[in-house]
Amino acid sequence: MNDDLRFGLDRAVQLPGPLALDSGATLAPVDIAYETYGTLDADAGNAILICHALTGDQYVASTHPVTGKDGWWVRMVGPGKPIDTDRYFVICANVIGSCLGSSGPATVNPATNEAWAMEFPVLTIADMVRAQAMLLDHLGIERLHSVVGGSMGGMQGISWTALYPERVKSAVIIASTAKHSAQNIAFHEVGRQAIMADPRWRGGAYYADEDPPVSGLAVARMAAHITYLSEEGLTEKFGRRLQDRDAKTFGFDADFQVESYLRHQGSTFTDRFDANSYLYITRAMDYFDLAEDHGGSLATAFTGSKARFCLISFDSDWLYPTAESRAIVHALNAAGAEASFVELSAPFGHDSFLLENAEMDRIVGGFLKSGDGK
Amino acid sequence: MTLLRPDLQIIADNITPGSRVLDIGCGDGALMAALRDDKGCDARGLEIDPANVAAAVAKGLSVVQGDADTDLTAYPDGSFDYAVLSQTLQTTMRPDMIVEQLLRIGQQGFVSFPNFAHWRVRLSLLIGGRMPVTRLLPERWYDTPNIHHVTIDDFRSLVREEQLQQEGQWFLSGDTQTGRGLANLMAEHAVFLLRG
Repeated sequence: MNDDLRFGLDRAVQLPGPLALDSGATLAPVDIAYETYGTLDADAGNAILICHALTGDQYVASTHPVTGKDGWWVRMVGPGKPIDTDRYFVICANVIGSCLGSSGPATVNPATNEAWAMEFPVLTIADMVRAQAMLLDHLGIERLHSVVGGSMGGMQGISWTALYPERVKSAVIIASTAKHSAQNIAFHEVGRQAIMADPRWRGGAYYADEDPPVSGLAVARMAAHITYLSEEGLTEKFGRRLQDRDAKTFGFDADFQVESYLRHQGSTFTDRFDANSYLYITRAMDYFDLAEDHGGSLATAFTGSKARFCLISFDSDWLYPTAESRAIVHALNAAGAEASFVELSAPFGHDSFLLENAEMDRIVGGFLKSGDGK
Repeated sequence: MTLLRPDLQIIADNITPGSRVLDIGCGDGALMAALRDDKGCDARGLEIDPANVAAAVAKGLSVVQGDADTDLTAYPDGSFDYAVLSQTLQTTMRPDMIVEQLLRIGQQGFVSFPNFAHWRVRLSLLIGGRMPVTRLLPERWYDTPNIHHVTIDDFRSLVREEQLQQEGQWFLSGDTQTGRGLANLMAEHAVFLLRG
């Protein structure tokens, strides 16, 4: 099985498609870049799909090829870790619309032989999930032991249980929501407008001369990054401390540490992310409303599902606050689904799901293990 | 098999194998685990304390963090064979409404609570003139979660007023079962099985 070229790090596959999209358009072919960890059981019953967040990627537990940094959830995924790769076969795929190898605005449109740019079809979370289902078909996996995701990954996770109830035995949904709120959409719109206001954006057609709208994308990232943190976390980390200076400069340099930090976050982000992908993925998130797809009733989305659910929220997360997880839990209870839910305490806001949290490890590890053999 | 708290043992002994059970205020899930492992029940829980929820979920139990006062309305009518409220009634804002929810969600409902009319409690207030602190009610008046103390006779009158059917009653003194005679004076703890 280890000789199978479908499995391992840094894999990519071109599936013929066509993938029918929610917009009515179709996508063909469909490129998917992904990684797998661990060994698939003979009956293919130990597969866990990890879904990444907005600016995440398939490098969940391996070194990122651009930044050289550890995978974004390496503390959670690996041998002996809560998502134990000695026990499970873990798959993480770059969502379509993104820019780390899967089909997106930066990939080539076969009709024109140029980058799609803004000709790329607008996607939804469900479209991303359908593409992942095509990948699982390719990998020979009929049914997932679990689908696990935080933030936008959680949106994909609950969409999986609604779209493919027979293919999912359990779902772990962390710091997520069943719909994007007005506030969520508002922040995303600020980011999109920052990109589009950058003169180098040029209607998205910036690929040919490799001169992307890095300033706009950096500002988008800075604004978004604030929403991933908490006031308490920012105060603790930076307070009003000054950056490498003893006094205010009475100018517009980054006097404060928090300004310097955000500028750094913004500029490093542009090294690894495509501005148009940022537009497409934020749009997909804004369109997300699982209840809307099921006649306005979230419970209806889950009635066909036999999956076990584990939901986790964080008390300092104001981007997808606990009330959003609780609304999902209420719908699961109404649908009679097997659901667990806990709000954990952590000072780091939405980003808490990416950080060290012993309680989260214990819950996720215990929940996944209790599904073994079922 | 782990040893259950005596009131939970009574409840476990009187639940039909293979039932669907909702344990409201399930703590760390001890009753749920026993029902799942020994009786093949499909047990679900609601618990307010996050550390308890985390412990239960890590054991593979389906427990939702929530508040009985606000989170019961999402469960459909008659969706469980039994709904259980053990040592939780006296901590809720509106015990009468909780009992109503209990019997809306469950075909039958177990309620267990410490009896505030037990002679030791009475004596403590009569002689000491202070709010009683006992084995089953160990907190002081200002930090107790027990905001609606109830006696066996109070509960019986609620059952009558709400026209509920009483299908079983058990009383505990110390950790052993005791008779019905003078239960309101002699029992430290009561378990009722009701139907709406």
